Amino acid sequence: MKVLVPIKRVVDFNVKVRVKADGSGIDLANVKMAMNPFDEIAVEEAVRQKEAGVVTEVVAVSCGVAACQETLRTALALGADRGVLVETDAELQPLAVAKLLKAIVGKEAPQLVILGKQAIDDDANQTGQMLAALLGWSQATFASKVVIDAAAGHVTVTREIDGGLETLELKLPAVVTTDLRLNEPRYATLPNIMKAKKKPLETLKPEDLGVDVSPRLTTLKVVEPPKRTAGVRVADVAQLIDKLKNEAKVIP
Amino acid sequence: MSILVIAEHDNAHLKTATLNAVAAAVKLGSEIHLLVAGSGCDAVAEQAAAVAGVAKVKVADAAHYADQTAENLAALIHAHAGGYSHILAAATSNGKNTLPRVAALLDVAQISDIIAVEDADTFVRPIYAGNALATVKSADAVKVITVRTTGFDPVSAVGGSATIETLASASDQGQARLIGREITKSARPELGAAKVIISGGRALGSGEAYRQLLEPLADKLGAALGASRAAVDAGFVPNDYQVGQTGKIVAPQLYIAIGISGAIQHLAGMKDSKVIVAINKDPDAPIFQVADYGLVADLFQVIPELTAAL
Repeated sequence: MKVLVPIKRVVDFNVKVRVKADGSGIDLANVKMAMNPFDEIAVEEAVRQKEAGVVTEVVAVSCGVAACQETLRTALALGADRGVLVETDAELQPLAVAKLLKAIVGKEAPQLVILGKQAIDDDANQTGQMLAALLGWSQATFASKVVIDAAAGHVTVTREIDGGLETLELKLPAVVTTDLRLNEPRYATLPNIMKAKKKPLETLKPEDLGVDVSPRLTTLKVVEPPKRTAGVRVADVAQLIDKLKNEAKVIP
Repeated sequence: MSILVIAEHDNAHLKTATLNAVAAAVKLGSEIHLLVAGSGCDAVAEQAAAVAGVAKVKVADAAHYADQTAENLAALIHAHAGGYSHILAAATSNGKNTLPRVAALLDVAQISDIIAVEDADTFVRPIYAGNALATVKSADAVKVITVRTTGFDPVSAVGGSATIETLASASDQGQARLIGREITKSARPELGAAKVIISGGRALGSGEAYRQLLEPLADKLGAALGASRAAVDAGFVPNDYQVGQTGKIVAPQLYIAIGISGAIQHLAGMKDSKVIVAINKDPDAPIFQVADYGLVADLFQVIPELTAAL
């Protein structure tokens, strides 16, 4: 069975982002970019399922600027078999990405799409759910365990929900979004990085897929959040309790 | 045009996150309807009717809504979306699971995790783990929105007198089946709703130390217990204790961070707390930069002292 893994190129999670002085957005000039960490978990999961003999092919797909090729090469170095880039310089919002992915699903016919629960740039947490809706497929978000039973035509997913865990059985085909505890992604080894350069990578345009990617939301401004300033140091427990009772008045 | 708010509940009780979502809806200034989709959920409908500011409660009661699966909920909301300018839910795991699906069915954007309403089309939401706040304007006819609960003070759970109407169920999509749930049972308040939160980090060293030191303190203060991602990764406590960008976003009256260094990831989840106390033996820990009161000390010594003194 084939698995499709959509991945997003985002600012590296170690980078402390800066808001542009004119309030138009985040300063991305000369900032290190990387694969969205939740998507890395998705790639790892698909590759492990392939290594376990459950999955036959892992296709990574990314939508965005030409440099997303690098992100796709990373996925190939981690074990994905092929890459597909939907190249555009346009701003892509989750609904547009979901529509592009729907078109790719139409071409590739995977039984499972597995992707990160959210990207760490726009923190939207929407694309997987939207894709499932557009395809009319079942969905399991925030997965911490995925067990595929291709013969029975279903996948059993344990999900991180408020207050605990829930396990769902979904009919295949399905969309699964990953949470942090699903796995720990491997590092790409040098031989695998070299091998990844030879793996096939196809490039398409949104027009080839007949998808209108116009944004629905306009960002009017981006500002820094109000800063919290450091308060005072207390000397001991007695002073702390005194402050909490008499100054902050948060304990009786 | 009215506003539809999706009630969060467990078929017996209306969850308080719904009150925060209604508070966001109040700022939009139109008539508010609450949708209760569940199974055997009459009690929830009655609680929903008592919520201040709600004009109508619409109840869809069917077996296939019992488990709140996204496929069935989204189909129902989509079927009844006509006449609404806005569809809102709290940004809980349920809301985040369901509303993007609704938005895609309606062919509109979804606006995630809003913390402020500027006008009927314009909203403020955190991006980049809360390191920036974006003001976004929607061009869609229907705005589908999840509401960060800490951004809006809850409306009163009582005092309303909404009418209750029955809504036709949509058909069972039959795509997902609940196998089971493991919900952490606790006599303590929920993290999302607690007035006081005691949160522990990696410096506690073990799950045993976490329980021995923090539980008595939490008992004294009637507090919920939380943890940093490092403490969760180290296996001291389950994942649903996690406070941070990838865990729960909280804003209690009092947040006590014990043995937590204060990674950006963690700060993103608690920096809107009213009063923050940090106890850490490293005087340079970043947590002190956001704490109202900092105590540089060995937690193994001062936590028992603090518990005894309260």
